[in-house]
Amino acid sequence: MSGSADLREGFFQECEDLLEALADGLNAMDDGTADAEVVNAVFRTVHSIKGGAGAFGLETLVSFAHAFENVLDDVRAGTVSVSPEMLAVFYKSSDRLADLVEAANSGEENAPSQDDALIEELRQLGGGTGEDEEVSPDDFEAIGFALELPEVNDLPELEGDGKSEFEIRFTPKKELYANGNDAALLIRALKDLGELEITADLSEVPVLSEMEWDEPSVSWHLRLITDENQSDIREVFEFVEDQCALEIIRIDEGADSLPDISDFMQVQEDNPPVFLPPISPESPTVISADTRADIEGISIFGKKAEKKVTATKTTIRVDLERVDRLINIVGEMVISEAMLTQSVSEMSLQSGNQVEAAMAQLKQLSSELQESVMAIRAQPVKPLFQRMSRIVREAAQETGKAAKFETIGDTVEVDKTVIERLADPLTHMIRNAVDHGLEETEFRIAAGKPAQGTVTLSAAHRSGRVVIELSDDGAGVNRDKVRSLAIKKGLIPDDADLADTEIDNLLFLPGFSTNDVVSNMSGRGVGMDVVKSEIRALGGRVVIHSSPGSGTTVSISLPLTLAVLEGMVVQAAGETVVVPTSALRETVRADEAGVQVLGSDDLVMSSHGELVPVLDLGACLGYREMPQDFSGLTLLLIENENGRRTAVAVDQVFDQREVVIKGLETNYGFIPGIAAATILGDGRIALIVDTDQLHPVTSLHHHEVGASSKGVLNNG
Amino acid sequence: MDNNVAVDIHQSREIVAFHVADQGFCIDIGYVREIRGWTPTTVLPHAPDYVKGMMNLRGTVLPVVDLSLRLGLGVTNPSPRHVIIIVMLDERMVGLLVEAVSDILNLPHDDMKPTPDVASGATRNFIEGVFTIEDKMIRAIDVARILPARQGHTTC
Repeated sequence: MSGSADLREGFFQECEDLLEALADGLNAMDDGTADAEVVNAVFRTVHSIKGGAGAFGLETLVSFAHAFENVLDDVRAGTVSVSPEMLAVFYKSSDRLADLVEAANSGEENAPSQDDALIEELRQLGGGTGEDEEVSPDDFEAIGFALELPEVNDLPELEGDGKSEFEIRFTPKKELYANGNDAALLIRALKDLGELEITADLSEVPVLSEMEWDEPSVSWHLRLITDENQSDIREVFEFVEDQCALEIIRIDEGADSLPDISDFMQVQEDNPPVFLPPISPESPTVISADTRADIEGISIFGKKAEKKVTATKTTIRVDLERVDRLINIVGEMVISEAMLTQSVSEMSLQSGNQVEAAMAQLKQLSSELQESVMAIRAQPVKPLFQRMSRIVREAAQETGKAAKFETIGDTVEVDKTVIERLADPLTHMIRNAVDHGLEETEFRIAAGKPAQGTVTLSAAHRSGRVVIELSDDGAGVNRDKVRSLAIKKGLIPDDADLADTEIDNLLFLPGFSTNDVVSNMSGRGVGMDVVKSEIRALGGRVVIHSSPGSGTTVSISLPLTLAVLEGMVVQAAGETVVVPTSALRETVRADEAGVQVLGSDDLVMSSHGELVPVLDLGACLGYREMPQDFSGLTLLLIENENGRRTAVAVDQVFDQREVVIKGLETNYGFIPGIAAATILGDGRIALIVDTDQLHPVTSLHHHEVGASSKGVLNNG
Repeated sequence: MDNNVAVDIHQSREIVAFHVADQGFCIDIGYVREIRGWTPTTVLPHAPDYVKGMMNLRGTVLPVVDLSLRLGLGVTNPSPRHVIIIVMLDERMVGLLVEAVSDILNLPHDDMKPTPDVASGATRNFIEGVFTIEDKMIRAIDVARILPARQGHTTC
């Protein structure tokens, strides 16, 4: 029972890969870079999904995949050529296929009738072929082939009726197996060509004690009666030609030329063969395969062979929990290592001693280990990007605009959790890009641009972070409109003097929507501010760049992992605290900053022509009273979620380093102003400040941009 | 209310007995993960006064409760001779700062008497009953109540 659940699970996992391959193939067909092999591959993915779905009785999936497959089969056969309209239907079908797989996975298979429209569309494309074919899961039982061991006198008569007879000697080499090929599959493929007699030659099989486990020693003598010619037979071995010794000889029809097996078969009584039952010269074990057409065998073989060609990496699927446990342990190890290093340095040993040399090596190894372990969680962004291509298609369809989707750098790897949590913000952004970014087609043509807009999604590694950029070639942000709307909505003062980039970033304010007409998909006033807060939650930053007339780019910069954080280790009121560097803009000595009193006891300083409130970190966290004298303190200039700046005073800045994040929620709960904790080299705990939740103990009358829901938190 | 541990053990219960502010207390051994010496903690901002701070238990960050202060018996000034009892309740790990652990006892369940009315309010809230061994009194602590309330976003 659990075995079948495992199989099912395996099928859906495989579907993910297949759907990815399908999307790849369709993209290649779209680009015009597709050759026959790509079309074949596309066909095979759909066929495999159908096959698997059949095995699990997922009828809706089967019937849809069947209709899809029929058209692809026609394309493959060359009876139908691919038009852009056809590709559009293919994309839609691939989306539908993904939906159906997902529905089947969650157990909510929908009624077949829903698919009728699209199936009908597919049928029309297919030019009517294959329409009447029965669809049933039985189509795919062919994987299990009938194996019979008939009596020798039951052997089919070898009579000539236009068929020719071949003798094939097939000796696989080690590489054949090493590359994941299987002699049985090749033989099975041969069997589909005609009547096949199979004889195993065990003469080379050594005694067990001398056997090399990975050195194949069995070869096969095959006798094939078929109407195919020699090159068809050779084709079966196409992918393994250099990995086996192959000899194909045509022998006369009906000739009684079965070679004397005893010539090459010396099975000794005390050396029983390992792979097959004992064979005596008088009655050779003949495996007569059922000769009914068994396309599936070929297709499986073809798939195997293709894998050999394209797949150079081998992968395993591992439970995420195991990986996380490993990451935790390595995190502990890194901390222990830091503690050890500190203890050793406190011993003040003579320089050049062995302990320090060994410690240095340990340090290097542990940081390498940490990096490698983190890399396990990293996944390419490709599946995410592929999902986004669907969003573009749907958004383009809803708005009636023509949009092309391009991706760059989809092999860039990011932490799995980051990828999962990026899906929603990216969806928002893409809908925005198509809906608000791209102009209506007639405006595009008037502006001398191609009628079809382009939305580009790119990923790249940049200085230890991942930068994901979404750009469109639309009209850019309409700054006048944004500015006047922001004033109208009371988000900025009437006379606000804003730079262009500042205006662009107003789009991230909560409750902002520029499109005159609230459309179905974006512009509900929730959008970019949600995007921003979700990205912030991942420790990322998001900025928008726009150039009028030529487009808008939104870039997201993300940490590579959520398990560690780049932080500034500081001291506040005698406590060691970590401030995330993602929010940090600069540090200033308080003596040089010119801190001034505003009103009763509020403090401000001037930075880049702007007055920013000054807080004391120790006071914010309730460790001490607000100091009256800031001399000797250091000010950290922090930019929070809303782009608002605050200067935070600390006693001392120690250093900048990566710290392992330890949550406080499980054992304690939420603490205002604190995001998490970490463990320092001496084993003590340092709290990580949540810079967005730092509030003065006595409230300052600063202009708060946007409604902050966190204002209530500072009176705990 | 959280007597499920007591219900499970039919005849007798095993307890860890310890001293807080020179008084005898105990908790059910089922809650206890380990017992270790005092190490300095990191002070938490905006925390109740009886939460001494956060400690590092081999990589797990957990809060330490000053049991004496929690029971209304005054602040503990921890020294290396003080002991932290690590208890676990529903996935949640908390350290309890006590003076010393005195014993592990197996006591008949029926020996637990209800808390007498004379006990002060702060103490009585956290005590589920009292064992008497010879002439000494051991107060059984209700672990679920002694833990700090889970700090949520609305706690202010």
